[in-house]
Amino acid sequence: MLFKRFMALLHTRNKEFIRDRSSLGWNIIMPVLIVAGFAFAFSGDIGEQFKVGVLNQKEATEASQQFLVLKHIDFYQVDNLEKAVVKVQRHQVDMLLDAKKQQYWVNTESPAGYLVEKLLVGQDDKKFQKQTVSGKQIRYLDWVVPGILSMNMMFSALFGVGFVIVRYRKNGMLKRLKATPITAFEYLSAQIVSRMILIMIVTAFVFYGTHLFVDFTMHGSHLSLFLVFALGALSMISLGLVVAARITSEETAGGLLNLFSWPMMFFSGVWFSLEGAAPAMQMVAEAFPLTHVTAAARSIMVDGASLLDVSYHLLVLTGQSIVFLLFGSWFFKWD
Amino acid sequence: MPPALLQIKNLVKHYANVKAVNGIDITLDSGICFGLLGPNGAGKTTTVEILEGINEATSGEILYKGEPLGDTFRKEAGIMFQSTALQDFITVKETLQMFADFYPVQADLEDLIRRCNLTEYLDQDNRQLSGGQRQRLLLAIALVNNPDIIFLDEPTTGLDPQARRNFWNLINDIKAEGKTVVLTTHYMDEAYTLCDEIAIMDHGKIIAQGTPKALLKANFNDVILQLPASEVMDLEHLPFTIHKRKEHIEITTSDVNEVVSLLMENNISLAHLQIRSRTLDDLFLELTGKELRT
Repeated sequence: MLFKRFMALLHTRNKEFIRDRSSLGWNIIMPVLIVAGFAFAFSGDIGEQFKVGVLNQKEATEASQQFLVLKHIDFYQVDNLEKAVVKVQRHQVDMLLDAKKQQYWVNTESPAGYLVEKLLVGQDDKKFQKQTVSGKQIRYLDWVVPGILSMNMMFSALFGVGFVIVRYRKNGMLKRLKATPITAFEYLSAQIVSRMILIMIVTAFVFYGTHLFVDFTMHGSHLSLFLVFALGALSMISLGLVVAARITSEETAGGLLNLFSWPMMFFSGVWFSLEGAAPAMQMVAEAFPLTHVTAAARSIMVDGASLLDVSYHLLVLTGQSIVFLLFGSWFFKWD
Repeated sequence: MPPALLQIKNLVKHYANVKAVNGIDITLDSGICFGLLGPNGAGKTTTVEILEGINEATSGEILYKGEPLGDTFRKEAGIMFQSTALQDFITVKETLQMFADFYPVQADLEDLIRRCNLTEYLDQDNRQLSGGQRQRLLLAIALVNNPDIIFLDEPTTGLDPQARRNFWNLINDIKAEGKTVVLTTHYMDEAYTLCDEIAIMDHGKIIAQGTPKALLKANFNDVILQLPASEVMDLEHLPFTIHKRKEHIEITTSDVNEVVSLLMENNISLAHLQIRSRTLDDLFLELTGKELRT
């Protein structure tokens, strides 16, 4: 009986969403437009400046200091050698320089790296020790696509569940359901599963649809990415349930959902890397489900990471899902 | 002797400093239509919501078939709220099927659709239903589990007279099947037509209870004569109890002959004289001191 009631709710909710063409269309079109916009915006040269990461900047030798004063080069301090080398491999940084040891890393496939190298060593290539790396360029487009897919999922999860539940509570639909044998567990489960199915279908549609005309990178397993997105969707839907557990006003719900979604949109590493960000901001970002979905999806898509490689993010998302679900169910009120 | 279908003992509901329901007792037997009447704020909606399991009582006891309200009650009760939103983008048929799937026992849906005159609208989106169609759908939802007891909360509010009459016929059909109906309404003619027993609530208490006829008989032994106000200039000197209304005056008396004689002696035209019996409206006004819709 429980399954029958659950399926009745699930079917009806799915039909409601699919028939709401404007909402469905917006869920699909918005991320495609964003990705297409980025593809167009970054189709030309990215910029004129060279970018050089510098290790041990404070202990720079005289030869290094002469290089560090050059104009039109963006020097930034680096603390982690391994991460910085990866950036050189991906063409995100044109050169990495250890200013104390007079050692540098360039990508043999990078024209910008070649030019910066010439600026550093001039005609005398004995002052600095060269290390070469190689790797295909990671465009901003490749980097940002996992974040956009995750962000779209977040909006669909938070507003699609949270807002709908509050609307049903306000207009008395939940009160009517309370008067039937339906339990809160059955109702909330149906909402979660319905939204998860729809999010996964829409995300797959956006992923493959966008891939048809924008050539973004996908080095990892599609199944791994599917699992990451599924867990991310569950986590963020559960967060939507927490927000919607008792609120009766759509305005309050909208405000609260925006309060969660906007900081997540900007500070979860969707648009820019959080490396080098203030420690406080990094701590806050760590608490956002979107941070972990984006990081895991990006690792799989850009680096070809396995589920084991992103297990930390999966564990955090699982923990958040359990906590949000338990709290949301416990706190839930029909009217 | 089997227990009463629904028994309410000393029901109390407090909201902060307000006593919405202040110790009421009701016993409902199977197969009757019970009307709960009262002005706004009397506590009838709170009472019904507690009976429906939507609201929790502060104290008191409610027994359904001798047992506290629980799963059995939820499965065997049909409920029609005064206003219930239905899911958008879902058709009448899908809505009925969804609610039917919630229950272990289901009514014959085709028969229900026919009885509630929903056949023509089965594939129509809930959003496109008129007021009357919508109320009939809500009634069908309340009956979808073939309930033993049905709660109807102001089911005809906002309907035109013809739709109201049609709805009354549906409720009479339900009664004819031996089901118990609990009806709250603002319309006294509706209560008089449909209810076997009524209770009038005010300030959270039941102030009168019984069959409509018995209550009228117990409270009134007079009739009301109505005359157009434009045809009656001065009656102050006559020994009648007179109430001035907007367009007519009302004379309350237990001796019609005497009043008519006196009116004729005073050359007052009786061409538009109307005599009516006391109604539930009068009883309501008498007991609560309030107009029904205030």
